[in-house]
Amino acid sequence: MQQIKVACIFQSMDNYGNTMTKSIFLPLTILLLIISGCAAKQESVYSQLGGQSKIDEIVDNFVSEIEFDETILRYFEGSNIDRFKEKLSEQICKRTGGPCEYTGDSMEAVHTGMNITEGDFNRTVDLLINAMDKADVPHRLQNQILKVLAPTRDEMLYL
Amino acid sequence: MNRKIKLTVQLIYLCVILVTPNRLLAADGKLIGTAGLMQVEGSGGGGIVPWATISGYDSRDQISVSAVATQVDVDDYRLNMLGASLSLYDRLELSIAHQRFDLKTLGGDIKQNIFGVKYRVFGDVVFSDLPQLSVGLQHKRLEDKAIATALGADSSSNGTDFYIAATKVHLGAIGGFNAVWNLTARATRANEMGLLGFGGPENDDYEIMLEASAGILFSRHLAVGAEYRQKPDNLGLGEDDWVDYFVSYIPSKDLNITLAWAKLGTIAGAADQSGLYLSINGQLR
Repeated sequence: MQQIKVACIFQSMDNYGNTMTKSIFLPLTILLLIISGCAAKQESVYSQLGGQSKIDEIVDNFVSEIEFDETILRYFEGSNIDRFKEKLSEQICKRTGGPCEYTGDSMEAVHTGMNITEGDFNRTVDLLINAMDKADVPHRLQNQILKVLAPTRDEMLYL
Repeated sequence: MNRKIKLTVQLIYLCVILVTPNRLLAADGKLIGTAGLMQVEGSGGGGIVPWATISGYDSRDQISVSAVATQVDVDDYRLNMLGASLSLYDRLELSIAHQRFDLKTLGGDIKQNIFGVKYRVFGDVVFSDLPQLSVGLQHKRLEDKAIATALGADSSSNGTDFYIAATKVHLGAIGGFNAVWNLTARATRANEMGLLGFGGPENDDYEIMLEASAGILFSRHLAVGAEYRQKPDNLGLGEDDWVDYFVSYIPSKDLNITLAWAKLGTIAGAADQSGLYLSINGQLR
């Protein structure tokens, strides 16, 4: 399935080179390709990951990454790490399509007053990627997780 | 590199060192592989197309300085390009580039300097729902217009391109791989990017040219894709659109090496100009 999709892109790219000169065909094709989405729905990211144990492993690794990062650690001063782990785990489980409910406070409420900068947010995403690398999460699944977590960014920055 | 440019680049670099508080050193506030490259005219982009991305890994609180060296070696010509850019708070990009276009079969060369400004209007290439959108200009100054005017370009030795670009990275979009696309509309009078002057007997006015790029990031360190750049034919020499297929290796946020196959078509009457594009792009801080 995934190979077919990739092949579909390559075929399209190949066509650009052969058929197109002095036309706007290519930009339109690219746009259509993106909109129509060579991509398709698959089983939930949660089950592809292998369920809750893998999410817990990612969260544990993530907290270790944060503990070794002075810049990010200061945002966690005085916070309850066990609660953070539990709520983050719920959050990832729910957003990846797992059988969980998020029982924590709203993202805005949690992050208000922290004034998280864009640079520090993106640095934390790097730490999450490290955590997923260390939990042997395949690259393509990592992207899916980043994708479902990405919408929370606006609920965290500069509050 | 031209001495004046070298000096300017050094001055920019010095200013950056002097005005930068410690916290801002070594901009790293974007995800790896999402800063893009510096294209052949010095603007943040792909290889031949300027993108909406601001070059370097600066976030809203950081500044960055990048440098690039590119060579495009086709059948009868070779383009050598050196460039540097200063990016401020992922908002504004100032770039400078020097191009030397070697006429391999005819002998001699054509030199051009390009000063670029780009402003990010809105959006974040990765995180916003809408694409990142930027507007920019490239002011091009030929060092010697003799060849351009001999081919029929107008008598001016400089010209300015204006562009608007939209770029978006889609996380996990294609079989789980991240994908990137860019669309650019450019108002230009330049012949072969300006190397053969501006305007000509066939057309002397600004025309809107469309440019596009699409790529897949197969890992955090490897991107593969294609680009297309529509071009005018003001001189009536059969100037062709450009296409390239690229592989980009991104070992760290400091370094990017891109290899591409460039199909540049007819250039100044010499048909089917194709060859290797090699570019090394580094973030200095």
